[in-house]
Amino acid sequence: MAALINVPAKAKRGDVIEIRTLTSHIMETGFRHTADGALVPRDIITSFTCRYNGTEVFRADLFPAIAANPYLSFFTVAKESGKLEFEWIGDNGYSSTASASITVE
Amino acid sequence: MTTRPVTRRNAVLGITAAAATLAGPSVLRAQSAARIVVVGGGFGGATCARALKRAREDLQIILIEPNAVFTSCPFSNEVIAGLREIDAQQFDYDKFAAEGITVIGEAVTTIEPQRRSVVTTDGVALPYDRLVLSPGIDFHFEALPGYDEAASEKMPHAWKAGAQTLLLRRQLEAMTDGGTVAIAIPANPSRCPPAPYERASLIAHYLKTKKPRSKVLVLDAKDTFSQQRLFEKAWKELYGDMIERIALSQGGRVTSVDPSTRTIITEFGNYTPDVANVIPPQRAGRIAEIAGAADATGWCPIDPVTFESKLVPNIHVIGDACLGGGIPKSASAASAQGKACAAAIVNLFAGRAPEAPRLTGVCYNTAAPGYGFSLAGNYQPRGDIFAEVEGGATSPVDAPRELRAREAAEAERWFQTITADTFG
Repeated sequence: MAALINVPAKAKRGDVIEIRTLTSHIMETGFRHTADGALVPRDIITSFTCRYNGTEVFRADLFPAIAANPYLSFFTVAKESGKLEFEWIGDNGYSSTASASITVE
Repeated sequence: MTTRPVTRRNAVLGITAAAATLAGPSVLRAQSAARIVVVGGGFGGATCARALKRAREDLQIILIEPNAVFTSCPFSNEVIAGLREIDAQQFDYDKFAAEGITVIGEAVTTIEPQRRSVVTTDGVALPYDRLVLSPGIDFHFEALPGYDEAASEKMPHAWKAGAQTLLLRRQLEAMTDGGTVAIAIPANPSRCPPAPYERASLIAHYLKTKKPRSKVLVLDAKDTFSQQRLFEKAWKELYGDMIERIALSQGGRVTSVDPSTRTIITEFGNYTPDVANVIPPQRAGRIAEIAGAADATGWCPIDPVTFESKLVPNIHVIGDACLGGGIPKSASAASAQGKACAAAIVNLFAGRAPEAPRLTGVCYNTAAPGYGFSLAGNYQPRGDIFAEVEGGATSPVDAPRELRAREAAEAERWFQTITADTFG
């Protein structure tokens, strides 16, 4: 499943807008063992970044305690029309991106 | 109570005995048998009232229930789907008087735990030695912006059986073929956790039979649910891809509604179905709050051995309203709790130590006429809640249709048994 993104399509300049993202990921902690005792290797998203017209406006580091399918909600100020880009980076070379447009009046 | 040796009673029932001696309008109390007031005449309260009277004839039992007719939630999904009429769901309290139980058809307005008294809408104050609350659920409207009593007339919850059940049925009947029926499901704890999925199944059955181009859209605040594999197998077998479920991790949690446009808003999208069945988040019935028995969660913490409230002495809470831990909020559980609570109260009055109850909860689901499956669980007190113990069973996922048919018939017998036990 692609990531779910919720960015208001339109906003007034200076408005504080809420951005929600949810991406599917197993978030395997690396602390669990299989029935025969083998360690299940860690497989998590380690970093999330949101850029607004190229400028980073939000970043989060993620850790093994974060549940599967990380859901992040955060706020920024609507400054100009353009594009919000989202990037998730994780173990085993994991990388995923998404984007959304916003019109600022 | 007065016939028992006071010293022994004091030893075991410290609080009760002391309160009985000190508290207010005690003329009645001192001269007559112990009085237990039960508030709420559903599967929990009605069962408890009867069990108390049957266990000890000399107890004075008062059941307060504002509705003259009880409408059962179990099997009300069949009514929504047009498989059953509402009068098959309805029961009265006519037998109770003959058994020596006083039924008062009023609502409770005030509870005064210090004076041990309950006041009803007609202004009468009823003193009690022990109070049993079985108020069921109320809706937590603040948790779902846009939804309230008025909104439920457009986007029915049908989560309290009766007029709402019939409203949802009429909306389904009025919908044109090709429409979408959305069911918004809250997170747990909630009344009868598997029931929304049974409802999705039976609505799909109605649509498949009458309006085959239509869809059921399930918007779910949960990722996993009770008997999920059984439901999902049934959906595939019976309805193909007619039922679409959007789980929590796919953005299925409903955050608000707009009844003026019949819009359901989730964290990641808006939906405007033709029929919107919105089941809002829930909490203990309002009476629990009036009594001060509900905590910040909206539910009632109890001692699972006696069902006595952790917050208010001499008040017991049973059924959907209590924080039961592993035991689901179901008619079957409420009935089992009603009996166990009655036994605990009888022991308290007799000066015996309460026995830890072992409760059995049974849950039948009907995915289509002649297609049923079930879950049975046993529960015992562990710490402050009930925990599931060994001996439970769920229907096998890979079972022949004969077993499904047999379980559907058993579900019907279960309903006849529990309603006869409670009201018959």
